[in-house]
Amino acid sequence: MADSKLIEKHKYMVGIYDHEEKIIKAVKEVQKQGVKVHEVYSPHPIHHIDTYIGHPRTRIPIAAFLFGATGMLLAIWMISYMLAVDWPMIIGGKNFLPIPTMVPVTFEATVLISALGMVTTFFIANNMGPGKKEAMFDRRTTDNRYALIVDLDKNVAKSSEEIKVVLESLGAEANPKIIER
Amino acid sequence: MQVTSHVREPLVTNGKTMHDITQDICRQVEAKPTLAWLVAFAISVATLLIGSVALASTWWYGIGVWGLNKTIGWAWDITNFVWWVGIGHAGTLISAILLLFRQKWRTSINRAAEAMTIFAVLCAGSFILMHMGRPWLAHWALPLPNTYGSLWVNFNSPLVWDVFAISTYLTVSVVFWYVGLIPDLATIRDRAKITLEENPLLPTDTAEERKAKKAKRRPISAFMYGLLSFGWEGGAKVWARYEYVALILAGLSTPLVLSVHTIVSFDFATSVIPGWHTTIFPPYFVAGAIFSGFAMVLTLMLITRVVFKLEDYITIEHIEVMNKVIILTGSIVGIAYITEFFVAWYSGVEYESYAFINRAFGPYWWAYAAMMTCNVISPQLFWFRTIRRSLVWTFVLSIVVNIGMWFERFVIIVTSLHRDYLPSSWAMFYPTIYDVGDYVFSFGLFFTLFFLFAKFLPVINMAEVKTVLNSTDEKAKKDAEQRIREEQKQTETETVG
Repeated sequence: MADSKLIEKHKYMVGIYDHEEKIIKAVKEVQKQGVKVHEVYSPHPIHHIDTYIGHPRTRIPIAAFLFGATGMLLAIWMISYMLAVDWPMIIGGKNFLPIPTMVPVTFEATVLISALGMVTTFFIANNMGPGKKEAMFDRRTTDNRYALIVDLDKNVAKSSEEIKVVLESLGAEANPKIIER
Repeated sequence: MQVTSHVREPLVTNGKTMHDITQDICRQVEAKPTLAWLVAFAISVATLLIGSVALASTWWYGIGVWGLNKTIGWAWDITNFVWWVGIGHAGTLISAILLLFRQKWRTSINRAAEAMTIFAVLCAGSFILMHMGRPWLAHWALPLPNTYGSLWVNFNSPLVWDVFAISTYLTVSVVFWYVGLIPDLATIRDRAKITLEENPLLPTDTAEERKAKKAKRRPISAFMYGLLSFGWEGGAKVWARYEYVALILAGLSTPLVLSVHTIVSFDFATSVIPGWHTTIFPPYFVAGAIFSGFAMVLTLMLITRVVFKLEDYITIEHIEVMNKVIILTGSIVGIAYITEFFVAWYSGVEYESYAFINRAFGPYWWAYAAMMTCNVISPQLFWFRTIRRSLVWTFVLSIVVNIGMWFERFVIIVTSLHRDYLPSSWAMFYPTIYDVGDYVFSFGLFFTLFFLFAKFLPVINMAEVKTVLNSTDEKAKKDAEQRIREEQKQTETETVG
């Protein structure tokens, strides 16, 4: 899979915009004109732009819930096993498994496993990690520019010249560059 | 669509653009350290070293070097622990609870406040290690299999809950903070990499050209921030996931932060010592924690905004809002003090009543008076708008509040212990030089870490400030005012017509 990705290089056109409203308008308009947007890069989050592009909704919350549930069950198992199975002790004349005293540790474990699991999922899903190389289309998109990327190989209905005209008409910097990767 | 409030002041003043934000915040990371920073850092490191001597002695000789006695078995160590944990709470409140409440003013201060949280919790943790006496056995607090049979930790003990609460809190705070840092680290990385791309070292370069290029290139920054930014690109899909992660982390951190100080208060509340055994402790401790934390955020931010020239990002408006939180939480704390007193009387329990009368009128009356003055009376000055918006007043009162909050913990802990049931066991607590030295150590640790953070990482969350820029900068405010005026005119003409 990775190899086929390496072999199949795509050509991308990079339209650079200088305002949030311009890029939102551009994404909507470009798609109306039958050009599929590959991705948008921005220095800050833009609400709902992923839905305009047509990205599927993220499943991160599901991961967070599953990890949280795992953490909760692990904690309940751990406390029950240690206090009631492996080495039962009578503490203060109470039951081996007093439920109220299980609450704090169970809660903390739920939060801990949920947070760590979710963030790990986030990094894996985005292919991020310490020292991972970034593939920036334009380095100004972490400062004050917005980049609208069109995959030219997936938009064969229109020529690159036509796509260029569309991007420019919506306020992109003149002569958008084409990057092959 | 961006919604502009015509009631609120802009959050970023002087018509800053997105590029200005990047410039202003990255400047102090990229430039050579200033003299002011070097002096401040040197003082912090010196404090840390002096404190380390005290700490090393405490560990070498054992906690017998403290001023504890048979009656007062807990004093400055736990006071300092609770004080530092409490300070940490403001960072999570700002980054998590205010995110859920969609308070946009948090964007300028959340980064530094979260860093403060992490460092404060580390300082608090250092007191746990200290008062274990044998820190090399700290892992005994964890539920690990051991060689003494399968003897596990006691999950009925609030001290074990504390171990879980504090370590979870520290871990989740670090994760939350770091995830938020990544986009900004990528900004610094890209700025450094642009210098490399714009000044490539070619074999054809003359010696002078090469020298000029080398002066502009920042290869170490490019490498380090490249390593730390985890390959961030800022695509829409990643941002969407990022926002969900931030929202869920905020949702997890909100009950977490409330649980942490609740559990810290359980250290006392689940015991049967008069003065400690009260059900009001959890909410009262949480409010006190936020109160002292906001005060510490103010102390730090007032210094940071001047040293790094961030007046356009941390405006008087921000300071005023934080002062309002201080009035609220300070008043909650005040009500809690009065309620405690009332309940001590109303309960009809002699020992309970005595504990409180002794607190206010016994030999530690001065600590109680300091607590009442600093925590209950002084924040009420913020009802005056001029005081709320005055930098000098805010700075002084923010320190006063933290002195008061330290005394609160001292009063709760020491005055409840110092007069035991048997008058023959009555005692006073006198701190030794090691008590003071260990406290000094925590200050050294805190400020050393804070200054390192302020120099090498962006102190303001650039990406988040950029999101509020379009809706809250001065131009947007003027546009909105113009629009409102026009609308009013229109309605007037319509009514006349």
